Amino acid sequence: MLKFWEQNRNLTAFVLFILSFITLVSLWEWGVQAKIFSELMPSPLDTGKEFWRWVSDPFYDNGPNDKGIGWLLLFSLRRVITGFLIGVVIAIPVGVLVGLSEVASKAIDPYIQVLKPVSPLAWLPLGLGLLKDSEATALFVITITSLWPTLLNTKFGVSTVDKSYLDVTRSLGASPWRTITMVILPAAAPSIVAGMRIGIGIAWLVIVAAEIIIGNLGMGYFVWNEWNNLSITSLISGIIVIGVVGFLFDRIFGLLQSWVSYGRQV
Amino acid sequence: MITTEKNSQDLLQGTKSAHLSLQHISMVYRGKRGLLDQVTRRATKDYVALSDINLDIEPNTFVTIIGPSGCGKSTLLNVIAGLVQPTTGKVILNNQEVTGPGPDRGIVFQNYSLMPWMTVLGNILFAIETVFPQMPKPQRLSLAHEYIELVGLRGAEKKHPHELSGGMKQRVGIARALAIDPQILLMDEPFGALDALTRGYLQDEVERIWEQKRKTVVLITHSIEEALLLSDKIIMMTKGPAAKIDEILDVPFPRPRHRDTLDQQAGYHDLKALMEDHLTRETREVEESRNRKT
Repeated sequence: MLKFWEQNRNLTAFVLFILSFITLVSLWEWGVQAKIFSELMPSPLDTGKEFWRWVSDPFYDNGPNDKGIGWLLLFSLRRVITGFLIGVVIAIPVGVLVGLSEVASKAIDPYIQVLKPVSPLAWLPLGLGLLKDSEATALFVITITSLWPTLLNTKFGVSTVDKSYLDVTRSLGASPWRTITMVILPAAAPSIVAGMRIGIGIAWLVIVAAEIIIGNLGMGYFVWNEWNNLSITSLISGIIVIGVVGFLFDRIFGLLQSWVSYGRQV
Repeated sequence: MITTEKNSQDLLQGTKSAHLSLQHISMVYRGKRGLLDQVTRRATKDYVALSDINLDIEPNTFVTIIGPSGCGKSTLLNVIAGLVQPTTGKVILNNQEVTGPGPDRGIVFQNYSLMPWMTVLGNILFAIETVFPQMPKPQRLSLAHEYIELVGLRGAEKKHPHELSGGMKQRVGIARALAIDPQILLMDEPFGALDALTRGYLQDEVERIWEQKRKTVVLITHSIEEALLLSDKIIMMTKGPAAKIDEILDVPFPRPRHRDTLDQQAGYHDLKALMEDHLTRETREVEESRNRKT
């Protein structure tokens, strides 16, 4: 019997997940029954019903302040993807430049080291002050916080391209442009995508905080709004949706990573 | 049909080949001797890898360089390829001094160096497109297919390198090096990473292809049998540091050669014994000098 579970590891892991999930939900239910939590805390069943109500009709629209969670998700996704892509468009060329040139790398390094650890929340007031527009501020904050992993990974991937590929292109007499586009970028692609994977994760973290503060429609707005409504069931539903979408982002970039790796170790 | 036949004959036989001359090549790797290095006792002495190598290789000759490990064979090949600059001396290819790498020299690398994100066809096309940017696309394609055919890889065109065996990868490497129609083919231990059976098979293939192409070839190897099977001349190098050419052997066996019957050629065993003697002596000295150091 023990042998069966040892051999079917995926099944074992799945069963353990289900068991732990049931345990946690039972503890939650028991805690609510025993009134351990604050009285705002809903029961798992109510939360489940509310979650289902939100996700079963995601695209209703009852005016500007009452939209389905699907709409709010789309607003957030549009913001995150736009801001993230702006970051990628900046990060990859700069990453290639600093990856190729040690001088450029050393010259730009202070900016990276100082700007990278700044919290997204610190950028928000600056964005609002400079751009005077909440939507543009959200994009600005997402861009400036999510581009660092892409930039650093691009630099790493470019500066560690297998020398033998470069020997091949040098011996063929390839132009610098051809070498970069046909050899260096594809060679660095697994590393670049790994950076983007971290970057989109950060962007998704940041969007909720940004939307709470700037108050534009989106998942962050939803969570904050439901808190103001004291609707904890909806709030938890929002958290679950945010988590699942973040997980899907990670999966998508994981697939992209293996897709550009062609048998190389990821 | 007849015209394509003729074209492929042109392609396979009317290829370029070159005279290669090495003049006083030496290679010194500078040690660290800055003040800081000396204070921190990290100073190292200069390392002389190659010392005064002189060599003339006639067109259409298959030359093998053999020597103990670490004797600078690969360095010498990289100097000919133009990938590294010698400390002194010149490489002259068809009366022109080599100043850097270029497509007049095709290189076959020990680790294959195929681009993992390109297919077999893509890897060969990449080389052709880089070297002949003016060539119309259909012609590039047919050229690539011609060389895929030559190395016996038909049917594997759309595969990526990670789906190929080591032997197949090196066939792609050879096709890529030949497809740009270089004047000279440089091969750096091309079969070193292959198992014995695959190695023998590919050696036969290289012998077959060379019969068709007759390019000037410089091959680096550890294997005496490989050298005897393939070369017109064998260059035996002494151990490093300051490696130099010890002796140049002519291999007079008629072509096409076959591995099964090669040892029946007059003089085969003498040549082999001579080479074994040389390699054993040089290798023993390398080991002994290592022992003395430790």
